[in-house]
Amino acid sequence: MALNLNRVDMPNRDPDARNKDFIEVAEGYNVDMAAEEASRCLNCKKPLCRSGCPVNIDIPRFINQVTKKDYDAAYYTLKEFSLLPAVCGRVCPQEHQCEGACILNPKGAAIGIGRLERYVADKFRESGKEEVLQKAPDTGKKVAVLGGGPAGLACAYDLAKLGHSVTIYEALHTLGGVLMYGIPEFRLPKNIVNKEIENIEKLGVKIELNSVAGRVNTVEKLMKEDGFDAVFIGTGAGLPYFLNIPGENLNEVYSANEFLTRVNLMKAYKFPEYDTPVFVGEKVAVVGAGNVAMDAARTAKRLGAKDVYIVYRRSKDEVPARLEELEHAEEEGVKLQLLTSPIEVIGDENGHVTALRCVSYELGEPDEGGRRKPVEIPNSEFDMPMDMVVMAIGQGPNPLLLETTKGLELNKRGNIVADDDGKTSIEGVFAGGDIVTGAATVILAMGAGKKTAQSIHDYLNNK
Amino acid sequence: MYKIMKKEILNPSVVLMDVYAPDIAKTCKAGQFIVLRIDEVGERIPLTIADFFPEEGLVRIVTQTVGYTSRKLMNMEQGDSFLDFIGPLGQESEIENYGTVLCVCGGLGIAPMYPIARELKKAGNKVITVVGARNKELLIWEDVLKEVSNEIYVTTDDGSYGRKGLVTDVSKEILEREKIDHAWAIGPVIMMKFTALLTKEYNVPTIVSMNPIMVDGTGMCGACRLEVDGKTKFACVDGPEFDGHKVNWDLSMRRMNIYKAKEEIALEKAIKGGF
Repeated sequence: MALNLNRVDMPNRDPDARNKDFIEVAEGYNVDMAAEEASRCLNCKKPLCRSGCPVNIDIPRFINQVTKKDYDAAYYTLKEFSLLPAVCGRVCPQEHQCEGACILNPKGAAIGIGRLERYVADKFRESGKEEVLQKAPDTGKKVAVLGGGPAGLACAYDLAKLGHSVTIYEALHTLGGVLMYGIPEFRLPKNIVNKEIENIEKLGVKIELNSVAGRVNTVEKLMKEDGFDAVFIGTGAGLPYFLNIPGENLNEVYSANEFLTRVNLMKAYKFPEYDTPVFVGEKVAVVGAGNVAMDAARTAKRLGAKDVYIVYRRSKDEVPARLEELEHAEEEGVKLQLLTSPIEVIGDENGHVTALRCVSYELGEPDEGGRRKPVEIPNSEFDMPMDMVVMAIGQGPNPLLLETTKGLELNKRGNIVADDDGKTSIEGVFAGGDIVTGAATVILAMGAGKKTAQSIHDYLNNK
Repeated sequence: MYKIMKKEILNPSVVLMDVYAPDIAKTCKAGQFIVLRIDEVGERIPLTIADFFPEEGLVRIVTQTVGYTSRKLMNMEQGDSFLDFIGPLGQESEIENYGTVLCVCGGLGIAPMYPIARELKKAGNKVITVVGARNKELLIWEDVLKEVSNEIYVTTDDGSYGRKGLVTDVSKEILEREKIDHAWAIGPVIMMKFTALLTKEYNVPTIVSMNPIMVDGTGMCGACRLEVDGKTKFACVDGPEFDGHKVNWDLSMRRMNIYKAKEEIALEKAIKGGF
């Protein structure tokens, strides 16, 4: 059979319509598109795609099942490895993972693995079929999972399947972490997240919402008084960074976390039907160019901002966001202000933002990582008129749990030190996800949660 | 769900509620706060803890009708429940035996002052309390504070009760009269600002309790930023108590006004909703 190098595109809604509402942008494959894309898979003997997947999904197997139209089997294949296939199909940076590793990728024709994953998961969910969950017999061991984001959910799911009694403690009023407060509805509909999370409860995992890790329940209390045999810490990267430039505390300067939390978790886009308000300017600068920055920029556009700029100090080639997010943002009218870095937020006497003062950069020599280093151009200062600024330059570890956990070793950035198996400096205490690595991606956190679940299982068996 | 076990109207715009939240009641300390959400469409609002009863599992909050959510809250009755009630959040007050402590409070700051004054007294301090209100009708908890104070002074703006004038007037007299080792000021930002300016003249270390706009209350969003000694701090995880002599007051006052325009829309909704 001849090599088919034509990737099947996934249809998206018209940019001019979608940038005014919060309905999902990508429409997903239909049955024919999925069949055609799946048929392109070479079913490699040594599948490179698998090694590119942080949770090691048996990708050739599920794609093969799609070609045979055995969609349920394909779904259960995905579920063997991942709790959240409908989520991952939508938000994973596939071009750097499975698709990046695909043998057809050098020809620009990697199989649309993410799109197929999404198709299979959506098809099963929409069929209304009850998912069959398999669970090992009760081991009598208790594990506390601190943090109900991607790392904690993945860890809890696998531990529960292995027969352990698991309780998740989540600080917010809903499970999901960044899937609920960070990633917008138009990229990841919340009913889909909720549906995939439901399986956690069906497996018998107990869920304590509004429970701030380290406060009511310290690690010490959980292990000594409440009888938990092990604790998994997955409290994430929950403390937004700022640039520490003058004017950063003016009224209309938001962290991306705050802006997105108000809109996504608190549904400020439905104000006043929902009680939480959010401010949106006419001219909005989003500082940073990761996925979070793209989410913030596209959200501002949807809430009525006229001009939205991504302000980034490197060039387009270095933009860290998923390719699809960058493309979608540009299609929706978000402008790129590249090789530019802010040095001050200018405000009026009442504390309102009026401009972002920036300097221009050019690309210099490559750094250790091979990325060309941005170098400031002398005397290049200029002002961009703005009435709102969103800082999307990353997050550090949340301090609440760390300050009440004695003996937990942290690195100089304040992240928990854990080995490859998630073991921390305290016996029986494990950690994974952003709290260990610093802010990364949903799938890397899930991968860490999953891997650590196995290591906790081994630990409990040998105890 | 977190049930309101008791509701008491303290004055026409101030209400006290005891909420059943046993885990929080057991672990919270003076100076800390909770975040609550009334219902599915509600916003998350922070409230400093006014008292707690570990045996009964109750956390006491006191609120004043200032905006939409506080009106909605005022309309809730004994037996109703909050959807979410999260805490204890923030750092606890640093209670020790300082010697003589001046506790200055006004408006809604009176409620969170109470457990702090109580702990200060327990630690062996001489507690001198100055309470301010706009008028007699708006004054709350004079008797409650009296119990935990060695001396108490009341001021009203209009002179309808106690001394006519501001809390800073009486505080100045006290600072002139005797050696004060430490001070606490809790109330409207403007009151805390002028109290801190006053105590600075007398070199009395002064703690203030900030209550800025918040969303999650756990350090995740940074809405509650303020500047202390020129550095950005988050009231939710670094505070809510700070060195009053180092707070950038004008910035904090400006940041309270971010949603002024939206608040009017919300108030219209409140009127339509009949509260």
